[in-house]
Amino acid sequence: MTSDLLNLEGVTKSYASSGLLARKTFNAVDEVGFALDASRPEIFAIIGESGSGKTTLARMILNMVPTSAGTIRFRDKALATIRGRRARLDFMRQVQPIFQNPYEAFNPLKRVDRYLYATARRLARVGRTEVDRVCDEALRKVGLSLAEVRGRFPHELSGGQLQRTAIARALISGPALLVADEPVSMVDASLRMSIVDLFKALRDELGVSIVYITHDLATAYHISDRIIIMQKGRVVESGDARAVLDNPQHPYSKLLKSAVLSPDNAETDEKVADPSVLPFDTRTV
Amino acid sequence: MNARPRANGAADVMLDVKNLRAYYVMQYFGTQREVRAVDDISLQVGRNEIYGLAGESSSGKTTFIKTIAAAIRPPLTVIGGSIRYSFLDRDIYKLDRVALSAIRWRYLSYIPQGSMNVLNPVRRVRESFIDFALPHMGLPKQQFFAAIIAHLERLQLTPGVLDAYPHELSGGMRQRIAIALATVCRPDFIIADEPTTALDVVVQKSVLELIREAQREIGSSMIFVTHDMAVHANISDRLGIMYAGRLVEEAPTAEIFRSPKHPYTQHLIASLPRIGDLSAKRALTGAPPSLAEPPSGCRFHPRCPLAMDICRETHPELVSIDPRHRVACHAVSPAVGPDRVFAAAAKQRTGLVQ
Repeated sequence: MTSDLLNLEGVTKSYASSGLLARKTFNAVDEVGFALDASRPEIFAIIGESGSGKTTLARMILNMVPTSAGTIRFRDKALATIRGRRARLDFMRQVQPIFQNPYEAFNPLKRVDRYLYATARRLARVGRTEVDRVCDEALRKVGLSLAEVRGRFPHELSGGQLQRTAIARALISGPALLVADEPVSMVDASLRMSIVDLFKALRDELGVSIVYITHDLATAYHISDRIIIMQKGRVVESGDARAVLDNPQHPYSKLLKSAVLSPDNAETDEKVADPSVLPFDTRTV
Repeated sequence: MNARPRANGAADVMLDVKNLRAYYVMQYFGTQREVRAVDDISLQVGRNEIYGLAGESSSGKTTFIKTIAAAIRPPLTVIGGSIRYSFLDRDIYKLDRVALSAIRWRYLSYIPQGSMNVLNPVRRVRESFIDFALPHMGLPKQQFFAAIIAHLERLQLTPGVLDAYPHELSGGMRQRIAIALATVCRPDFIIADEPTTALDVVVQKSVLELIREAQREIGSSMIFVTHDMAVHANISDRLGIMYAGRLVEEAPTAEIFRSPKHPYTQHLIASLPRIGDLSAKRALTGAPPSLAEPPSGCRFHPRCPLAMDICRETHPELVSIDPRHRVACHAVSPAVGPDRVFAAAAKQRTGLVQ
C-alpha cells in the first residue's frame, strides 16, 4: 500500500517533429519519475531553461495533455483512467494550477471576482448564499479580502495582487496539490519574494503540496524541499534542494547555477562572466 | 575602483536631463486629469557609461525613457524641463520630424521591451534590417549587407538568420537580432527597456554579456531599464532608483548595493534572494501609489518604515550626500539628519503602543 499523493513513473511525452514523410519524433519529456508523499506536504521544484520540458510535464500532471508513455497516479489513481465529468471535476478539485502570467490568465474584459465565484460554485459546490464567504476566506489566506477584489478588472489590480488572487482562486476548492508554472517570472522582482513566501505558508499552514516550476534558482533554493533539474526532457539531477544547489554535480546543473546573476557582482568590475563558458543555446533545435 | 573610462566633467556628459516632467494629460467632459508618470527628474549619463534605472512596475521607468527618446504621443505630454544630448546642439524637442528621424538609429537607438516579439512576424529578418537600418546607414545595398553580416557575426549569429522568419528562431536569437538592429549603426546612445525580462536565466546571462560587449566595442552610452536588481548588479555602472515617478536615489552600482540610503532602495536590496541564504525576506506592505493622485509629501511615506510628520507634508529634494551619491529622503538629508529620524520613529512607535 503506497501513500503517494502524486506518483510519476517513466513519464514520456513525444511530439512529431518536421518531415512530412519521414516523421521523426522528439521527446519533450523523457522518462521522468518522482513521487510526492501524501503525509508530508512539500514544495517540489522542477528547474530547467525554456524548452527543457517543464511546462509539458506540468500540463501532464494537470491532466491537460495525455502522456505518450508511463503513468501518472494521483492518490493511486492513474490519470489516464479519469473519465467523465464527475471524475474530472473531482480531480480538478484536488489539483489546481497557477499560471505564469496573471494578466494573461484572467480575461481583461471580465471582472476578477467572476473567476472566484465560478470556481466556488463549480468545484467547491458552494450554494449561492455561501459564495461570498468562501471566496473571502480563500482571499484572506493570501493576504487579500473580497472587499479589495470585488468588482475589479485585472488592470485595476497590481501584478502581485492579481497573482495572489490567482492563488486564492486555486485554494477555493481546498486542493491537496498546486501546480505552479513559473508563478513569479512575470511578477516584479521586489514582489517575487512575497509570493514565494506565500507558498511556504500554504505548505506549512494548509498542508498543500506544491509543484513549483521555475528557472529561477534563487527562489527555488529559498523555498523548496526537493528539486529536480531537467535538460531536454530528462532529469539530470535530483535530490534535496539545498544539497543540490549548494553543490551541483551534473555539468548542466553547474551551468544553470553559474548563470544565476548574483547581486554580489555589483562590487566587482568584471560584471558578467566569460561568455565562452556559456553557449547561447544549450539545447539542440 | 573601476578601470572603465568614467564621466567626469561637463565635456563627457552624453545626456543631460534637467527637471523633466512628463504627464499623461487627459480631458474628460471638460475636467482635466493628470497622471504624473515622470515628475521632476534630473540626471546625467556619461560617455561610455551604462546607467541603470530600477523601480517596480508603474514607477514611470518606461515613460521616462520614451520621453527622452522623443517617442511620445498624446496623452503623454512634456510639461517642463530639458533633454540635451551631446550630439545635438539643442533640446531634442526642438527638432522637427525630419531631423528627429535622421538622428534615430544613427545616434540614438532603442532596444524595446519584450524585444523578442518586436520583429515583424510576416517578414524575413533581412527585411527588418532593410526597414530599420538601410535608410540610416547611407550605404549601397551590397556594402550594407556586408556590414550587416559582419555585425551579426560579431554577435555570434550566422548570416543565415537573415533569411529566417522570426518564428523560426529561438527567443534568445530574436533577442540578439533586436540587439543587432539597435547597434548596427553604431549609435552614440542606446536605450534598453527591459531587454532580458522574458528570457530564462541561461539566455539572459549571455544576452547581458552581449549587450555589454556591443556597448564597449562601439563606445556608446546606455540607459538600461529593468526592475530586476540582480540584473543591474551585473551590468550597470551607475544606478538610479525610481519610485512613483521620481528619482529617489542615485549612486554607482557598487555603492548602492553596499550602502543603500533610501528606505525603498534598502528594501529592494534586502529582498533579493540569494543561493546560500535562507533568511526570511520581508515584503513591503501596500501597493505603489496611483500616479493620478500621488500621496502628499514624500510619495513613499505610506509604505515607509521611517515615515514621520515632515514626510507627509513636504516632498524631499534629491540632495547630494556624497559627490556621486544623491538621495531624496528626509531621513538622510542633512537638514533633518538620521539621528533625529530614528528618535522620531521610536517615539512614534511607543506612542502607538500607549
